[in-house]
Amino acid sequence: MGLKKNDKYFMILSLTAAASLFLWQRYAKPQEGVMAVVERNGEIIGHYSLDDGQRIVFEEEGYGRNVLMIRDGKAYMEEADCPDKLCVKQKPVEKYGESIICLPHRLVIRITGGEAGDTDAVVGALKLSDEIKPSG
Amino acid sequence: MKRKTAKMGLFLAFALILSYVESLIPFYFGVPGIKLGLANLAVILALYQYGWKEALLLNVMRVFLSGFLFGNLFMIMYSLAGALSSFFMMNLLKGIKGYSLAGVSMAGGVFHNIGQIVVAYFVTKTAGIIFYLPALLISGILTGLLIGLLAEEIIRHTRKEPMGE
Repeated sequence: MGLKKNDKYFMILSLTAAASLFLWQRYAKPQEGVMAVVERNGEIIGHYSLDDGQRIVFEEEGYGRNVLMIRDGKAYMEEADCPDKLCVKQKPVEKYGESIICLPHRLVIRITGGEAGDTDAVVGALKLSDEIKPSG
Repeated sequence: MKRKTAKMGLFLAFALILSYVESLIPFYFGVPGIKLGLANLAVILALYQYGWKEALLLNVMRVFLSGFLFGNLFMIMYSLAGALSSFFMMNLLKGIKGYSLAGVSMAGGVFHNIGQIVVAYFVTKTAGIIFYLPALLISGILTGLLIGLLAEEIIRHTRKEPMGE
C-alpha cells in the first residue's frame, strides 16, 4: 500500500474521533436519542430532542396556540388557548410511548427513540391502554 | 482546448455511469448515508490529472445531473454538501506534503460524511443525528481508501497513454 506518513496520522485521528464519540454516546449519555415528536392531524410537524431544553410555540390558523416546554429531559405543555386545557394539566412526559394530547387543537406530542428496554415500555403502554378502554 | 472539452465530457459521463451503478447497488448497513462513493473516483482522477477547477466543475455537475436523473432535490442538497466539503478537504490535503492519493481520497470520504451530517443536523434540527457519526467516519475511511487505491491503480495503468492535455 502506498500510504504515506500523514495518511496514517489522518486515519488514526479519524478512528480516534469515531471511537471517542461512540464511547461518549454509549456511556455519558444513556438517554441519547429520546425525542418528542409533534403531530397535528396525524402529520408530523416537528421533532425535538429531550436532551436540549427549549420552548417551542405552535401556532396555526384554525388551531390556536400551544407552547411546549422541554426541560430536564421532560416535555410538558406550558400553555395553550384551548377551551379545556387538559394538555396543560397533564404531567410531564419523558418515557418512550408516553404522550400529551391536545384534542381541540388536534396536537399530539409523542415520545419516541431511546434504546434497549423500550420494548417493555411499549408493551406496558399497550397494556395500560387496554385496561383503560373497557372502563372508559 | 477542444480536446480538453471532450475529455471533460468523457469524465462527466464516467462520473454519471458510476453514480448510476452506485444507485443500483443495494448497499445498506442500517445507517443512512453509508455508500461507496464510486463517483468520487472520477472526481479524484480529474483532480490529479487536470486541476481543482476542472475537478470542482465536474463534481458540481455530476451532483446535479445524477440528482435529477436518479434522485430528487432533497438528495441533491445532501450530495452537494458532502461533495463540496469532501472536495475542499481533498484539494487542501493534496497541496500538503506527505499525503498520497489514497490518503487524500480517504480524507475526502471522511469529510463527505461530516458535511452531510452537518446539513442533516440543520435540516432535522435533531442533535440525536450525531449518533450516526462514528459509523459514518469509519465507513468514510474505508470507502475513501478503497476508491483512492483504485484511482492510484488507474493512474498507474494509464500513464503510458497520458489522459491529460
